[in-house]
Amino acid sequence: MGLWSSWGRWLAAMSSDLLPPRFQDWFAAKGWQPRAHQLALIEKHAARRSTLLIAPTGAGKTLAGFLPTLIELADRPKRNAIRPTGIHTLYISPLKALAVDIERNLEKPIAEMGLPVRVETRTGDTPASKRDRQRRQPPDILLTTPEQVALMVSSKDAESFFDSLERVIFDELHSLTPSKRGDLLALDFARLRKLSPKLVATGLSATVRDPPELQAWLVGQGILFSSPLGEGVRQSLTDEGDPLTSGVYPHPPAAVRHLLPREKEWTNLADLVLAEKSIAAPPVIEILDTAERLPWSGHTSKHAIREIYELIGRHRLTLVFVNTRMQAEFLFQLLWGANEDGLRIALHHGSLDVGQRRKVEAAMGAGGLDAIVCTATLDLGIDWGDVDLVINVGAPKGASRLLQRVGRANHRLDEPSKAILVPSNRFEVLECRAAVDAARAGEQDAAVSRTGALDVLAQHVLGMACTAPFLADDLFAEITSAAPYAEVDRETFDAVLAFVATGGYALKSYERFAKIRQGQGGFWRAANPRIIQQYRMNVGTIVEATMLKVRFGRKGRGAMMGGRMIGEVEEYFAETMVHGDTFIFGGEVLRFEGIFEDSVLVSRAAPRTDPKVPSYAGGKFPLSTHLAARVRNMLGDPESWTALPDQVADWLRLQQDKSVLPQAGDMLVETFPRGGRFHLVAYPFEGRLAHQTLGMLLTRRLERAGMKPQGFVCNDYALSVWGLSDISLRAAREPGFIGALFDQDMLGDDLEEWLAESGLMKRTFRYCAVIAGLIERKFPGQEKRSRQVTMSTDLVYDVLRSHEPGHILLRAARADAATGLLDIGRLSDMLSRVRGRIVHKALERVSPLAVPVLLEIGREAVNGEAADALLEEAAGEMMADVMGSRT
Amino acid sequence: MISAQTVIRPDDISMSAVNVNGATLHLDHHGAVWWPDERTLIVADMHLEKGSAFAARGQLLPPYDSAATLAKLVRVVARHRPQRLIALGDSFHDTGAGQRMDEAALSALSVLSAGLQMVWITGNHDPEIPSGLPGERLTALVLGPLTFRHEPQPGVQPGEMAGHLHPAAKVVSERGKVRRKAFVSDGHRMILPAFGAYAGGLNCMVPAVAGLFGRGAFTAHVCGTTRVFAVARARLAGD
Repeated sequence: MGLWSSWGRWLAAMSSDLLPPRFQDWFAAKGWQPRAHQLALIEKHAARRSTLLIAPTGAGKTLAGFLPTLIELADRPKRNAIRPTGIHTLYISPLKALAVDIERNLEKPIAEMGLPVRVETRTGDTPASKRDRQRRQPPDILLTTPEQVALMVSSKDAESFFDSLERVIFDELHSLTPSKRGDLLALDFARLRKLSPKLVATGLSATVRDPPELQAWLVGQGILFSSPLGEGVRQSLTDEGDPLTSGVYPHPPAAVRHLLPREKEWTNLADLVLAEKSIAAPPVIEILDTAERLPWSGHTSKHAIREIYELIGRHRLTLVFVNTRMQAEFLFQLLWGANEDGLRIALHHGSLDVGQRRKVEAAMGAGGLDAIVCTATLDLGIDWGDVDLVINVGAPKGASRLLQRVGRANHRLDEPSKAILVPSNRFEVLECRAAVDAARAGEQDAAVSRTGALDVLAQHVLGMACTAPFLADDLFAEITSAAPYAEVDRETFDAVLAFVATGGYALKSYERFAKIRQGQGGFWRAANPRIIQQYRMNVGTIVEATMLKVRFGRKGRGAMMGGRMIGEVEEYFAETMVHGDTFIFGGEVLRFEGIFEDSVLVSRAAPRTDPKVPSYAGGKFPLSTHLAARVRNMLGDPESWTALPDQVADWLRLQQDKSVLPQAGDMLVETFPRGGRFHLVAYPFEGRLAHQTLGMLLTRRLERAGMKPQGFVCNDYALSVWGLSDISLRAAREPGFIGALFDQDMLGDDLEEWLAESGLMKRTFRYCAVIAGLIERKFPGQEKRSRQVTMSTDLVYDVLRSHEPGHILLRAARADAATGLLDIGRLSDMLSRVRGRIVHKALERVSPLAVPVLLEIGREAVNGEAADALLEEAAGEMMADVMGSRT
Repeated sequence: MISAQTVIRPDDISMSAVNVNGATLHLDHHGAVWWPDERTLIVADMHLEKGSAFAARGQLLPPYDSAATLAKLVRVVARHRPQRLIALGDSFHDTGAGQRMDEAALSALSVLSAGLQMVWITGNHDPEIPSGLPGERLTALVLGPLTFRHEPQPGVQPGEMAGHLHPAAKVVSERGKVRRKAFVSDGHRMILPAFGAYAGGLNCMVPAVAGLFGRGAFTAHVCGTTRVFAVARARLAGD
């Protein structure tokens, strides 16, 4: 009691010091008390300190971010009659919708206090006329997105546009930084700091495990001092040699070592303000204890539909989160199938037509819905309505993601948020349990330290040449002040610059086609206006998997033509389908008719057709390292099983009985015969991506060892490789055989060879080629058809790889693959973790733990020898037909 | 899971020999046709200097496509030692290709075409073959039962050997999917795959390709990594 009243007195004293009377009155009229973190941000800004605010959802983060601006603008003098204002504060949000939402929320206090402040938004939807007006008459506060910032800082009048900029606010910073989008924004932010040296930054973030990562992002890195010539020179941060040049493969091999995350030391950190924890009531998270039989595999949660439906019926507004668009479609369909009471259930995911999404959002805000089935599109902090229950279907994949989603319920701090997890299979029960424990302990997933992508840097360099001529030395100093690029060496930067200019090829044949040229005084500038136009049409880093439009087909001139558009699907998904396949989209069962130009043509499937939903191996996100460790601990500790549903605990006991459950630090490998094949199943729990890479590499090794491997499957927890030779027998004869299979040296030559032909690598290269501007996304007067892009980048990759394997774009693609689709960093950690700790169990038959992974089916593109084998099979079927026998 | 399969060894059945209108042709998995009776090698759609054509428009694709295509051509020529080489059109990506091509590529082409009878069939991309290169320039050529031209003609065309369409075939099974360049033939005519390093592929199930064959019956001879695989139409997938 005493503590609270003195805290209250302190707050009141601080308020009167920091808040002008007009603001104090406004707070009082609302019956609100300014919060400590809100006051702290005012104080930080007054001291011109860049600051990271970490606060849970609903803690008044947005108001905290804008208060310093509103206070300063309350008595800003007019500049002059022609241009009375300039942009004072730039607010950047990852979502267009969030910017629009903030505009609404800001207008209230501005109007109520009668502040002379003009707020405007600028997004991809803003008409050109309004943008023009904004250029001539800038608002005081501009709310925008990262892509618009890139366009603004690369425009001809960037310098005058930002000359009065005082503050920049990054909302949901934690969601922006671990991506290429964040890389580009970091580079543009470095330019803003240069345009306006007095700029003070504020980052708003949800709770993260590693705040320094974000604190470093918010301020310039490196030490800039002036050389006698007046050029900025940057002092080197590290004295490490270039890992690329350090010779033959040690472990891990040099080729990948520089791709692995490592500890960074920052020269400069923004201040940190933490919102007081006590104001947020701890969330109440439960796991649905289903009365139904839990499936072994799959991600549909079909078994629990009835229970989910009943939960929706008992609450005001429920958000049902799933991990992929296809899961959303499937669940939506099932819920309507069970909807006897006519509940108002809507669907929201990124592939749906924008108009349709806006309708759902509006209905949600107006209280016209009972539930929304949604994907990550609703993860971030928009206030839609009075959500009182969050259901997470499938595994949450990470503790931080779970907390973020749970925070969507009851956007008020005084009431606890309520969430129910619905595991869709037995393994996911373990994962949900681990996530709930982690959330209770307030643990977050570690952010992977990010190194800025080189393809993004290439795009930025071109953009900088479009705004004004630059010197290479100056731009190098500028880009290395951005935290993600702090460790870029000069050689790499020069290679990127050469790439932008003439493609950076050893064969220097493109001088005459240069996009940027060095002119008088060594200044680089765009070669011609067309290059600038080209750049502006291709800005941004969101290359999502190439999307194909989904249209109803209609008969026209004999062939099928595209009719009404329903939405978009990823190209790779469309490619897995063949004529006649059925899938769910937009809440309907559709029949795949074919691909016509950039569209997937579909027809309505016959009533009561069972959709053939693709088996997505887990969600889009791999299991986080942190949760994986918790799951491993749980398996090794039978005492903890009491917290699990009976059918899951029984399953684990059965496993103990038939095989073994490894201790937390050990990795279990089982070998057994099944259906005429010999299987090897390993349980690393490192996520699907790392397992996929491991599977590819293990297959190569088994091939070399003469074990005749035939294929592999994996999920987030385990992988299985099968072949024609008896692995148990081999392991019995050669005791070191299994251990050697998992030796770390597989990340050397095996990885190299595999990368050479990997379809994943080609896909990754395509993204890099588009972002770096090698392939145009759009060009005035011609929209490049996505299928042509696919084709040509694959061919370009093959040619480039054989002629110039060290090219900067291949380096970029490799780095992406290592951290992204291949997850080499995690695989490498895992291989060193299990060294000497592999528990091998040779079994007579499949073990209980192995059942789920054996039920997965893969439909990935195959390459190399496997591709020939597949073709041979197809050819073989024909031969068998010819010879009158079936194989 | 995946059913047991019969493994067919490459030497068991010679899949690469096919008959087109009475001529026995061998299909090279690099995408070339070898006609032993006439000691003639045929390639289509090399699209030389496609990379630099894109570069001129601001897309700086790696400038190695001509070198890659010609290196492959040299390998195929060395393997079969033809007396005659027929380039089935679109050998050059555009009329400026000759000027943009570097010395090494030009001399490789000259050396290659000097030791044999070179026939340049003209295509829509290369109505004019760069001057200075040896060889005949023709719009079409008839040799025995076969007629060589760039664009396949509609209707029944016995013995027509054409390019232009860049056919590719896609095979899908439970194990995955494969999309590769392919020769498409019904025994009466044949469409060759594009030989060029940057030439993309068009699925042979689209009407533009499939429609050229009577009743739609044809076989795709798919270029694998080590050899050509004959795949029946029923086993092919659209895109």
